[in-house]
Amino acid sequence: MSARIGIVTFPGSLDDRDAARAVYLGGAEPVALWHDDAQIHGVDAVWLPGGFSYGDALRCGAIARFSQVMDTVKAAAAEGMPVIGVCNGFQVLCESHLLPGALVRNAHLRYRNRPARLRVETDRTAWTSAFAAGTETVFPAKHGEGRYVADEATLDALEREGRVVFRYLDNPNGSMRDIAGVSNEAGNVVGLMPHPEHAVEALTGPSTDGLGLIASVLAHLSEGASR
Amino acid sequence: MSRQLDTAVDTVGVADATPDEKQPWAELGLKEDEYQRIREILGRRPTQSELAMYSIMWSEHCSYKSSRVHLRQFGEKNVKTPRLLAGIGENAGVVAIDEHIAVTFKVESHNHPSYVEPKQGAATGVGGIIRDIIAMGARPIAVMDSLRFGAIDHPDTARVLPGVVDGVGHYGNCVGLPNIGGETYFDACYQGNPLVNALSVGVMPRSRLQSMQASGVGNVVILLGAKTGRDGIGGVSVLASATFSESGEDDARPSVQVGDPFTEKLLIEVCLELFDAGLVVGVQDLGGAGLTCALSETAAAGDGGMHVDLELVPLRAKGMEPHDILASESQERMLLIVDPAKAEEVLARAHRWGLLATAIGQVTDTGRLVVDFHGQTVVDVPPASLADEGPVYHRPIAEPNDLALIAVDRAETLPRPTTDEEIRQTILDMAASPNLCDKSWITEQYDSSVFGNTVLGAPHDAGVVRLDERTGVGIALSLDGNGRFARLDPYHGAQLALAEAYRNVAVTGATPIAVSDCLNFGSPEDPHVMWQFERAVTGIADGCQKLGIPVTGGNVSFYNQTGREAIHPTPVIGVLGVLDDVARRIPLGLGKTGDTIALIGETREELSGSEWAQVKHGHLGGVPPKVDLDHEMKLAELLARLASTEQLAAAHDLSQGGLAQTLVEAICHSGLGAQVLLPEGADPFTYLFSESSGRVLVVIPRGQELAVRTACEQRGLPITPLGVTDANTDGLHLRDHFDLTQGELEAAWKGRIAARLGE
Repeated sequence: MSARIGIVTFPGSLDDRDAARAVYLGGAEPVALWHDDAQIHGVDAVWLPGGFSYGDALRCGAIARFSQVMDTVKAAAAEGMPVIGVCNGFQVLCESHLLPGALVRNAHLRYRNRPARLRVETDRTAWTSAFAAGTETVFPAKHGEGRYVADEATLDALEREGRVVFRYLDNPNGSMRDIAGVSNEAGNVVGLMPHPEHAVEALTGPSTDGLGLIASVLAHLSEGASR
Repeated sequence: MSRQLDTAVDTVGVADATPDEKQPWAELGLKEDEYQRIREILGRRPTQSELAMYSIMWSEHCSYKSSRVHLRQFGEKNVKTPRLLAGIGENAGVVAIDEHIAVTFKVESHNHPSYVEPKQGAATGVGGIIRDIIAMGARPIAVMDSLRFGAIDHPDTARVLPGVVDGVGHYGNCVGLPNIGGETYFDACYQGNPLVNALSVGVMPRSRLQSMQASGVGNVVILLGAKTGRDGIGGVSVLASATFSESGEDDARPSVQVGDPFTEKLLIEVCLELFDAGLVVGVQDLGGAGLTCALSETAAAGDGGMHVDLELVPLRAKGMEPHDILASESQERMLLIVDPAKAEEVLARAHRWGLLATAIGQVTDTGRLVVDFHGQTVVDVPPASLADEGPVYHRPIAEPNDLALIAVDRAETLPRPTTDEEIRQTILDMAASPNLCDKSWITEQYDSSVFGNTVLGAPHDAGVVRLDERTGVGIALSLDGNGRFARLDPYHGAQLALAEAYRNVAVTGATPIAVSDCLNFGSPEDPHVMWQFERAVTGIADGCQKLGIPVTGGNVSFYNQTGREAIHPTPVIGVLGVLDDVARRIPLGLGKTGDTIALIGETREELSGSEWAQVKHGHLGGVPPKVDLDHEMKLAELLARLASTEQLAAAHDLSQGGLAQTLVEAICHSGLGAQVLLPEGADPFTYLFSESSGRVLVVIPRGQELAVRTACEQRGLPITPLGVTDANTDGLHLRDHFDLTQGELEAAWKGRIAARLGE
């Protein structure tokens, strides 16, 4: 039986269908989860998709943090369940304090959509284990509030502990230390701004590198099962 | 118990009792004979609410009173095709793609609001066209935008352009629709009247096609979506149907609506869920003219009447009077007609998404649209008198006096560059000019990949979207206009825009199947503008008849003028095409090293109305290039054929800026070089800058040259080999003339918009 990856739909989620396609093309089974339902229906991993949850009211991701489903996701993450947040999902993870730092308005103050070249900095997370550290990937980056910020001590700790997961090769938004994605200490929770789910087919994406994230989490899950 | 009514509320009873009360019909934009007709229809004076409703529904914007007599041609000349499932008069045209899937698309203007308040004006333009698509039963899957601004270095352009782009981007990005292309042009004639035309396209199972009919006595009328506020009141009658005064002192600010794409996203999801569950009898979006339009159109399309209790409408402002509620253009609202047995479920499903849904009335058999406010009747009218029986004008028509003079002032006689160095510099100057330079500063502000089905987006000639992952079937869409050609000759100028959009779709390998148009003109009260309008409509109708594709709907925007200065007549044409397998689309570029570069079509000395004449001489005169629709059809058929057999590596339409600009774009986009040799005897300047229509640059993979040449010859299409793609050539090598490096071309072409806006 293939792994089941739950994809949360918040009101205003936009990339939930696209994440489901990526999960399916990557060889796992997508399962729809609903913001207002505390049940996550026995999934093996959770994907928080991009979009504008709750209309970005207050701050991006600020309201989603208080949704029913996030209580359960937080508890599962603490138990080691792989969780990924992309774009708005990354913002939700930061607002939920599952990941450190925050995403603020791009330094150039505009929404910008460009393919982003990223370096995978570590293979020691649940979502990057199938990559070799140092691999270059291309995912579309498209956001207005994607500038990663944290205090110096936090940034130093992230670097020291190998928790910078993706780094921009051409920083598109002024993110500190070119950070595009980070993980929690255990490496099961990862957030990134660029969109791996829009890089899964040669026909529609700038690469198919996004499939590597699904391959990684599948390897991680089967490793856990055989242990 | 009903609330103590303000004595000022003007009921039908009060209207009966006070027949001689003076009413502000003129201020609301009605003519005296129109007001008298309202009194005849009702047999009394209208109430305040009724007067507001008639003034809105009989405005130019809603009634098409000046254009209707000409637009009839579309219906009369439309080709009959089994593909057309819904056409003109519906919210948007619906076209069958295969036996299961249908597509609906439409282009609409939001010009005046975008000048007054660029961001919200443009944003709500996108929001409005998306709701038209939902109302047909479709899931919106993409948007496009056709934008025209004043001179790029005019200070006001720095206010209008960034705001409009922000608005188009913000709304589309937040509602989750990819922007798959469009166009941006600059011309001083649009200085006080920028054009913001937005297109949306949606897809549906054919069985989900919805109707706007309020039928079935006892069925419940439900208002879905945002609360109703004071925004946009008077937007239709004041903004869209009047000319901006020259003093520029009009304060129209409060009349522009404010958009909330988050609520629109919820509307999409809720409506589709309700359609799929079979819970909806009829549906209509609320756009310009708000409830007034939605109530009267659904009631008029139905088989009876309608009764509405207006105090049930959820409001977001205090003290709104009935006529305010009826006229409000608050965004993100839809009207549903629902079987009473299913009303509970409809409300529950909306609630699940956090969307407001309120029963406000029911369908009746009275034949009247009756609106009560706290138990007192404020409207009692035959709905068709609002929706379908508005005034129709045969406006006077007169050919502009200056046209004969303009026609003889040909650009072909202007001084031209003669030396190689002058021509070389002209290529760079043209590439850097506002209309030809790279537009990525704009398109990068738009999401292009959400939904994961965008196969081609900007800067390709047409956007290509996959509809079905299993079969690979998809669509191509292009949106094109050329106000300069239409100014010189509106009939042929409109056909040139049609031919270009048709060709842009064909260049991707798609087969064009349907048209939507947005007709942007000056004041219909000016006989010269009306002449331009009549000629352009006739040109489009004749052109579509010839091409064998129907006009499925569109929009007219008049009064795009400041004082006596009208914009160039600017018909913008959207063409929809179908691709059996999007994997076989033809992209922009140069293929790979060793591929043959060739030109299909004939290059004549046609420089009038060209970008060269504009950039180098500020000149507009002569007659536009010749249109040959027979040729366009053969060309489209050829390209579809070569796409299906995978015999082309790339293709690119020739339009503004001619062959030179097409080569610049192909080189900059691909990063490859091109070795080009002009045909013997060709005048280099003419060959590079003429804007002859019906031409496509093609890139032929090695080994396919003979097959492609034969295919062209069989169809009587002239093909001229021009050179080869070469990765080792830096940029453009024009043999016997000059070289232009990739770096030089990019330095000229890229970064211009940001630089001109001071960013």
